[in-house]
This record gives sequence, structure tokens and C-alpha cells, in this order.
Amino acid sequence: MTELGTLHAPLQVEFDYTRSLGPTLSGFMTGLKRRQILGGVLSDGTVAVPPPEYDGTTFAPITELRPVADVGVVQSWAWVPEPVAGQPLDKPFAFAQIVLDGADKALLHAVAVDSAADIQTGMRVRAVWADEPVGAITDIRWFEAEGDSPATTPGPEGDAIEGIISPVKLAYDYAASPEESKFFRGLADGKLIGQRCPVCEKVYVPPRGACPVDGVPTTDEVEVADHGTITTFCIVNVPFTGQQIPIPYVSAYVLLDGADIAFLHLILGIDAADVRMGLRVKAVWKPRDEWGTTIANISHFEPTGEPDADYETYKVHL
Amino acid sequence: MTRDVAIVGFSQRQMKEFDGSPTCVELLVPIFQELWEQTGWTKTDIGFWCSGSSDYLAGRAFSFVSAVDAIGALPPVMESHVEMDAAWALYEAWVKIQTGLVDSALVYGFGKSSAGVLRRVLSLQMDPYTVTPLWADAVSLAAIQARAGLESGAFDESQMADVVARSMTDAASNDSAIRKGATTADDVLAQPLYADPLRRWDCAPVSDGASAMIITAADAPGFDKLKGNKAWITGFEHRVEPGALNSRDLKVSESTKSAGAAAGVDGVDLAELHAPFSHQELILKDALGLGDDVRINPSGGALTANPMFTAGLNRIGEAARQVWAGDSQRALAHATSGPALQQNLVLTMEARA
Repeated sequence: MTELGTLHAPLQVEFDYTRSLGPTLSGFMTGLKRRQILGGVLSDGTVAVPPPEYDGTTFAPITELRPVADVGVVQSWAWVPEPVAGQPLDKPFAFAQIVLDGADKALLHAVAVDSAADIQTGMRVRAVWADEPVGAITDIRWFEAEGDSPATTPGPEGDAIEGIISPVKLAYDYAASPEESKFFRGLADGKLIGQRCPVCEKVYVPPRGACPVDGVPTTDEVEVADHGTITTFCIVNVPFTGQQIPIPYVSAYVLLDGADIAFLHLILGIDAADVRMGLRVKAVWKPRDEWGTTIANISHFEPTGEPDADYETYKVHL
Repeated sequence: MTRDVAIVGFSQRQMKEFDGSPTCVELLVPIFQELWEQTGWTKTDIGFWCSGSSDYLAGRAFSFVSAVDAIGALPPVMESHVEMDAAWALYEAWVKIQTGLVDSALVYGFGKSSAGVLRRVLSLQMDPYTVTPLWADAVSLAAIQARAGLESGAFDESQMADVVARSMTDAASNDSAIRKGATTADDVLAQPLYADPLRRWDCAPVSDGASAMIITAADAPGFDKLKGNKAWITGFEHRVEPGALNSRDLKVSESTKSAGAAAGVDGVDLAELHAPFSHQELILKDALGLGDDVRINPSGGALTANPMFTAGLNRIGEAARQVWAGDSQRALAHATSGPALQQNLVLTMEARA
């Protein structure tokens, strides 16, 4: 069934989380911005870095923050032989739990050393600060062996840090399913390929691998027409980040002739206000030399000029 | 009062790399078919469906919704999802049966770890303010835990190697295992260190897979027509520890200890422990107070295949198979979720004449 294997493509997922900080972490991040590390004083008098928002025993909010040193002792560590994207160093390094002088509970951070032989539990390390701290844990670039360098001088007190932005960038190798792979390869030949459920005989385009009604594999390959009927639609009037089509435009479900499930695409060649349920439309393909294994081979759908379809012909597909 | 609930069906697929979509519908469909063959039931006998999976693993929003296609959800079904190992989906289903709202459930999990860099994706489970921005990866956190145990004398390197060797040797006869083969502790210790103090074999292989299980109350309609054996659930508990790593003693597992005490571990002759790192099995064994006469992970355990979001359910399924086969009278299964054994679940089950 998958003689050619499935289609794969790189997929990058990126988004920024904007996070507000409660009073405890706000104090901690504000400290970092002036190159000062603050620990939270727990109910038993011990100091934890980073400070937890609540005490683990009494569940009371942590309100007292106390400066601790930016030098400390490695409590436990792990060698990182193959750093991954986003980690503090892009060459092998160690992650370590570090008990800073004046604190009792350890901070997790990176330690820059050349090899695993250059770090051990009990080793003293010092923070290496970013040139321009912003109020984030990454203001400490990493720790390194404590040398003769002078102690860090805190910078001027700035405005309180009340939020952070956490960028997330994830990279995947995205694999289409065997059925989707056939669909995308069909597009490269100018064909729309669906799959028929062997039980209910409904045709799904794009194919789904399993019939959502019967829960069985959809095995029979079916080619459907590149024209059909608009079952429902929406007019997009709202601008959003990354929008590639001038507003207003119409996104519509098109029930392709021969298919039993509607297919989402862009409708052009008609004023948005004139789009309606039952409108007959056809695919407008891009020039053949621009085709790939992608739905973007179809630029959009536009009216065929035929009379509208009778409601009875598509009412069960709404 | 507790309703009597039995595990009556289990099916799984595990592989190094699954060449297909992140929704894993393709894997689930045949797994469900196997469950119908095992039990003689059909989907109309199922009162509740619950799944475990993660969109971060799939790189695709609402991947669990697409997976519902594998059920055949018309007429509509009662369905739920947890962003955790499917062992927790099983817990939700068991609670739902205990409430009397439903009588039976099919629970499934699926994950395609090979699509991204697993140890990096799992950083998103960490504190998003002070840990995730460093992309502290799952292997490094486990290695820090292992060193804390090694340097405190809680366990030693040869004990870790024994765990690896026993797991790989036991997995030799397990069709589902993806890293396996008779191995000795000396072979293991001869391997170079990877994430010092861990060797590669101390870390579970990155695995793709899916699995599914049927549980039912004894008084469910259709119980009489069930084929096959039953493993009766005698205890089912889970506990969580603080998210902040510096609030925990990583050398021990307090949450496993209290979950085990609540589930009742006395008299178990077999334990399937979800330990994705060799030293974690030693921590779990200690937390549960398991004696040396308790067989541990005869399936090979997570060190031989660790499909995310199903490996915990797999432990429960592997234990149930031992009970069904008459090879265990009373078995324990454990699942973990989160970094360095943050959350732990213990289920006990027994055979009945």
C-alpha cells in the first residue's frame, strides 16, 4: 500500500508565551535584571532558589526574598554530550544543581566546562551574567569554575519585572499518513484522490485512514472531480498575524462531486457578498510547472456559472 | 463501596520509528480490532472512551481529536482525553465506572516520539519560568537524579547495570521490544558513558507506539459473553510531587511510596515498573518495598521500548497478561509521568477462580 513510503516534510512550530509573574517570581526576575539572585525564605527558615510561590509545608505564600551569592557549590550534575537547540551552550556542557552561598535548596543551571572530567560534585562555581540582563533566568548565561574574578556588582534598581516572554521553537519531521501521501502525490498529477469506506461506502477527500463512522481502514482509492458545491462558508474580515490573502475573503466547504465530505478552500472570482450555499465552483489550478505535492497546486475555487445546486443534493453533508 | 472491575483486553504496537502520521490512527485501528477479537465485544459494548497523548509530541493541534476517527464515533460516543500517559486515562475510566455513570471503558494511548527531539520536547513539562527557558532536557534531569543516588550510596553502578542486563535479556522473547538481546552486567558496564553518569542503555530508547485496553465492571451488561480471562483490579492510586525540582529529594520517590501504600502492595509476586532510566527502577523498587522474590518487568520494561503516553499503560497490560496466563496470582503495575518520576501511579490486580 505504501510502495513509495509516506511523504515527509520539515515542520517548524513557533510561538511566544507571554506570561505574567506573581509577586514572588516578579521579585526574583527583577533581581536578576540587576544581577542579583534572590532566594525565598521558607517556613523552616531555609532559603530556596528559585523561590517557590508557596511553602511546601504550610502552603502559605512566600513573601520574604533574601539576596544570596552568585557563587555556590555543585550538588549533582549531568553531562550534556549533545546539546539541543535553545540550551545555554551549543557545545557539550553540564547541567547542575547548584546550592548558592546563602541558600539551602539548589538552582538548576548550566555549567560551562570542557569535559566531564572538569566538573565534580562539591566544585565551586560562579555565575556568568549576560551583558544586558532583561529579567529572565537566561540573564545568567551559565556558571563556570570559580576563579579569581571579583564578585559581581549588582546593577541599578530598575522597574519591576511583571512578565516574561517565553519563545518556544519546535522542529519536527512531519509524516503524512499513507492515505494522505497518496492524496498529495495525486495533487502533483493534477488529481484529487479520496478513499472509500468499505462499510458505509462514503468517500473522504482528503482521505482519513479510518472511517470516523465505522472505525475501519478506508482502503479503496477513488478519484473525484475538481468541481463541486459550496455547502457552507465564512467571510473573513478580521486581520491576523501571517494572513496572506487580502480581506475580505471567503473560506468555504466545497463538496466535490463524488465525495461525501466537504473540502475547505478559498473562493475567489466572485464578490464575497455574493457567495452562497449551493453555489457551483471549480478548482483553478496554478500553472503546471509550479505544482508540487501540495494542496497549494489549487490556487482557489471560482464559480462555474452553472445554476445553483438544489439544497436536497447536499443537505446531508452540512 | 467499590465496584469490581477487571482488565479484559490489551493490545499494543511498539516500534523505533513509525512511518506515518502523528495521530497514529493507522496504528489504533488494528489494535482495536485485536481487542474485539480478544473479548468478543464490539464498540457498542463500550460505555466510555479515554485516551492519553500529547500535541507537543505530535506537533499538531488537537491530534487526539483526529485519533477519534479510529473509534468510529457515530453514533456519538462518550469520550475524554488526558495529556498524560494513558495509565492516567485508565484511572479516569476506572473512576467513571466507580461512579456508576458507565459500566465499561476502552482506554488507549499513542505517541510518535520520533517526529521531534523527544528529550527536548519534554522540557515543556518543566516550570516555564525558570527551567524551560534553559531547555533542561529529560535525559539530563534523569542523569542528575542518578548521580544524586549514586553519590549518596543509595545504589551503585553495578545495580544499574544489572537492571539493564535483566531487562534486555527478558525482552529477547518480547515481540514488542525494540532494544533487546541477552546481555550481562559486564557488557553494560563496558559501554561508554553518554550523559555521565548514564550510558545509552541506562536510558529508554526513543520509541513510537500505541496501545489499548478494555476494562469492565463485573455487573456490566454483556459481561457474560466476554471471552478470555480477567485480571481484577484490587487497588488503584496516584500521587504527585512538587513541580520544583529543588522541593524534592530526587533519590527517593515519596509519591510512589504513598501511592503503593494506598493501593496495597502486600502479596504481589510480580511488578511491572515504568522506569525509563535504569536507576529509576531501583528507586521505585525501594519505594514500593518490593522483595527480591518479586519478579520485576518480565516484559523487559520501558528500557526496551518506551512509547510516550502508552508505556505506562503497557506496564498495566503486560502485568495483566501475566495474570491471564496464570503466571501471577497478584501483580502490581506502575506508571510514571513528568520529569524524574514526578508523578506516579500504582495499580494492583489479582486472578480469581
